[in-house]
Amino acid sequence: MSTPLDEGLLRAVVPEVLGVLVRRGADFASAEDAVQEALVAAVRTWPDDPPRDAKGWLVTAAWRRHVDTVRSESSRRDREDRVADEPPPGPAARSDDTLRLYFLCAHPSLSPAAATALTLRAIGGLTTRQVAAAHLVPEATMAQRISRAKRTVAGIPLDTPGDLGTVMRVLYLVFNEGYGGDVDLAAEAIRLARQLVTLTDEPEVQGLLALFLLHHARRPARTSAGGALVPLPEQDRRLWRTDLVAEGVGILQAALARDRLGEYQAQAAIAALHADALRAEDTDWVQISEWYDELVAITDSPVHRLNRAVAVGEADGGPAGLRALAEVDPSVPRHAAVAAHLHERSGDLRAAARLYREAADAATSVPERTHLTRQAARLHQLL
Amino acid sequence: MAKYLLLKHYRGGKAPVNDVPMDRWSPEEVDAHVRFMDDLADRLRESGEFVDAQALSPGGTWVRYDGEGKPPVVDGPFAETKDLVAGWMAIDVDSEERALEVAAELSSAPAAGGRPLGEWLELRPFLDDRPNAGE
Repeated sequence: MSTPLDEGLLRAVVPEVLGVLVRRGADFASAEDAVQEALVAAVRTWPDDPPRDAKGWLVTAAWRRHVDTVRSESSRRDREDRVADEPPPGPAARSDDTLRLYFLCAHPSLSPAAATALTLRAIGGLTTRQVAAAHLVPEATMAQRISRAKRTVAGIPLDTPGDLGTVMRVLYLVFNEGYGGDVDLAAEAIRLARQLVTLTDEPEVQGLLALFLLHHARRPARTSAGGALVPLPEQDRRLWRTDLVAEGVGILQAALARDRLGEYQAQAAIAALHADALRAEDTDWVQISEWYDELVAITDSPVHRLNRAVAVGEADGGPAGLRALAEVDPSVPRHAAVAAHLHERSGDLRAAARLYREAADAATSVPERTHLTRQAARLHQLL
Repeated sequence: MAKYLLLKHYRGGKAPVNDVPMDRWSPEEVDAHVRFMDDLADRLRESGEFVDAQALSPGGTWVRYDGEGKPPVVDGPFAETKDLVAGWMAIDVDSEERALEVAAELSSAPAAGGRPLGEWLELRPFLDDRPNAGE
């Protein structure tokens, strides 16, 4: 009798298993390979023969594979068998090992693409094939990207202090990749952020998780049945997932209560205000634009300035929004789309139609281009 | 990461710097050119940036729907078509600067006299963003 495998449960213990191997003296790169092989074996055998202790099973299987690899390499090298059969009594994984693996996989020496790929495989426990499919590149390309990333961090000891900021940026990138292939990267980012929250005592990590949950809550409403983008004001809010909203708001409130505001808490607060409005016209744009002031003060990011202009336009009218937009670098992505929206709100439909057309030409995805082209077409009918 | 298409044209672009038609090269020069292309694809696999590479026949057909139950209408090829795509390489890279660098390298493939071809390539970004957080 075979039971279906809970892949999430299996992958949850991956960083701990990897931590044990590294603590026992395996180098990160080969330990990571051994854990992958053990995972593949688990997926194959567990449905028919589930272990009582999942983590223990994986540690044993991964260690055995690691020993086999080292032994075949060393016997090739000098025909000398120096590896013991049994794991050395050496140190077991320490509780902060998982966090240190996060630091390693998001190490500043890695490009963002390398860091996200390595994080998804070494900590997320995804296969190279899954990571490749999620990024729409061939598996061989992704395999090279991951092995280069592993070589880049090869000399860095696990005990090196790391930067939580880079880890959060990597998870944010993973979340924004959305979903491709058979892997839901947004859900995976949420899973990893939940894990990170248990490993740290940092309100920004809670803010990041809250932000993910609040955005994810809107996903069922974000695309139409035909795959078209549905902008926030037009979304059917009954489709929003109230369970995720409630959880996100709860986590955010706990984070904000600690009075150490950061960019992710501020973004989550904005998402929470949207979630709070039962109808689009109930949205508290005044509070949202105040949060954007906070956010811009923290990040000074042109993207956040652009979004602030939208909020100001809703709170104080199109002309005020256009004045806010005047302070934003016009080369920021989606600048023309925001300018179009604010011109329409200001009553200048002709300029809005032209800008929507311009924004469609600058769009970076097909659904976005289609949406902006439809906006331009809608305005042309009114002219 | 962002994906780019590097389009090679049979015609439609500007003439390459080393403008000798391939059939006037020596066989060894042709071999060297092909080897360079294969090596470049391998290097891009190694760097984790390769997505796809394909060549297209210059001969093609134009097709369109012609109503329910009727066979498709075919036409062409049209000799007067100004633009003719010869093939492409697709890459997934960190920046536009890197895409330009790869394109320049592809364009540097050896041609007549062993000198770089200096072919003009058209660099086109994919519309493949998957905006998730933004609305």
